[in-house]
Amino acid sequence: MAEPLLAVEGLVKRFGGLTATDDLSFSVAPGELHAVIGPNGAGKTTLIAQLSGELRQDSGRILFADQDISQVPGWKRPHLGLARSFQITSIFHDMTALQNTALAVQAHAGHSFRFWRPADSDPALTDPAMEALRQVGLEARANVPAAALAHGEHRQLEIAMALATQPKLLLLDEPMAGMGPEDSARMVNLLRALRGSITILLIEHDMDAVFALAERITVLVYGRAIASGTPDAIRADAEVRRAYLGDESLAV
Amino acid sequence: MRLDLRTITVIVVLAGLALMPLLAWAVDEPYWLRFWSRVMILALAAVGVNLILGFGGMVSFGHAMYIAIGAYAVGALRFHGVEGGLPDLLLAVGAGALVALIIGAICLRTAGIYFIMITLAFAQMTYFFFISQEQYGGDDGMRIEGGTRLGPLDLSNDATLYYATFLLLCGALLVSWRLVNSRFGMVIRGARSNEQRMTALGFPTYRYRLTAYVISAVICAIAGALLANLTLYVSPAYTHWTRSGELLIMVILGGLGSLFGPVLGAIALLLLEDVIAHFTRHWQLFLGPILILVVIFAREGLFGLLTPRRQRSHTAGGSHG
Repeated sequence: MAEPLLAVEGLVKRFGGLTATDDLSFSVAPGELHAVIGPNGAGKTTLIAQLSGELRQDSGRILFADQDISQVPGWKRPHLGLARSFQITSIFHDMTALQNTALAVQAHAGHSFRFWRPADSDPALTDPAMEALRQVGLEARANVPAAALAHGEHRQLEIAMALATQPKLLLLDEPMAGMGPEDSARMVNLLRALRGSITILLIEHDMDAVFALAERITVLVYGRAIASGTPDAIRADAEVRRAYLGDESLAV
Repeated sequence: MRLDLRTITVIVVLAGLALMPLLAWAVDEPYWLRFWSRVMILALAAVGVNLILGFGGMVSFGHAMYIAIGAYAVGALRFHGVEGGLPDLLLAVGAGALVALIIGAICLRTAGIYFIMITLAFAQMTYFFFISQEQYGGDDGMRIEGGTRLGPLDLSNDATLYYATFLLLCGALLVSWRLVNSRFGMVIRGARSNEQRMTALGFPTYRYRLTAYVISAVICAIAGALLANLTLYVSPAYTHWTRSGELLIMVILGGLGSLFGPVLGAIALLLLEDVIAHFTRHWQLFLGPILILVVIFAREGLFGLLTPRRQRSHTAGGSHG
């Protein structure tokens, strides 16, 4: 197997008496779509927060593209190629979809101490931004204020903003959260289209989506990885069944 | 540019300000010139405050301190026998920028209510610092002797000072219009709207906020230098917290985050003050209810009232200047 793009080694995060991440180790190979699943309280969101630098781990290491990024501040990680989307939609509601995405492009187009030229009419920002919107199927809604977009479109915009930073690894925190079946299906198709061209770490509740998309799955329970493998291996794993999934929910 | 109500208002107000001196001469009311100079000076300061308050979401309760710094720069130069408008501006801008860089670097470690309190605390410290400056009149402040020349311009002439102020106000409006729509402006507005997302996109927001804070302070310092030239007097009262509050009121009254709002806010506040003061000394008693009405019924201020209803709240950072 090739060198992993992302490797988590012995990661620990405690909140008082609660150990949210408990000696967690797993790795993501370049190009794969790797899903992390686990019941509520398994520490999925805490994991994403540590990967993106929002929270600092108590011990352990995060290796990304052969570099130890454990101590790298959050705002610098996107510049190494690590982009994330948020579980609860996190966009700029007072800007249009295009402005949202252009701001993501701008974050990676050198410094922003440029005070005079209008950003809105700068093709160096808007062209790649339109391209990212096209990838997620939002190009027709480019000039709609984000506040006026539907919930499913917000989730698409989240992905577009992450893509616009041209990441090596996409961290997706429950992209299907709160979606109806139709929007969910559209998101699955979108992620399927992205699979292969970009490495994705998908944290998701929706089991159908995870088993339809993931090439490898890591199962998190109480902050620890109890299993990691292909969807078939995970389905067959006795410990996973016992700890989390329950037999009937695996009959997919 | 479409000729909507807002654009027309901007043109009418600026044209009115440009022609005001002629009207003042025609009806022989020289007081008007000084009154409207004061309005424009405070409008200039409010434009500066609006950059961080309206677009950056930073509620500074201490920006009067930069007006005082600009005013004291002029006072101190005259006191030590230095004349001329260029040294005034250089010292006001330099001192304002330096102080803002230091104070901003500390204040911007905080956010929300803490930012309000810490900016207020620094303004109060400045207040007592100026009181302790016995050579500059201490508590009483000092009169400024000697005229100001800016190249061929004699700023001790009321009309010259008026037009210098007018041009600086137009300049500040132009600069802030370009600024808020530039890449820099998008970062500032993004950081107000969603700081967490800005970090996740890879923006080191702190340094951009600090730069915006310094720019806004420098605009206030320039206003302070003009104010000193108008009143020929400086005192610690310039940095009193009520002055900082008035700047916030102007911005909120005129319309948060609209470029021209602070100008309307300054005009409205000072006119109200002037008119109500004719009838009663307790003008603030009447100002309070008016402000409450604006906050309840016109959340986007006077300038917001000129915005077609369907466009509101989506055009907060619009291109109308």
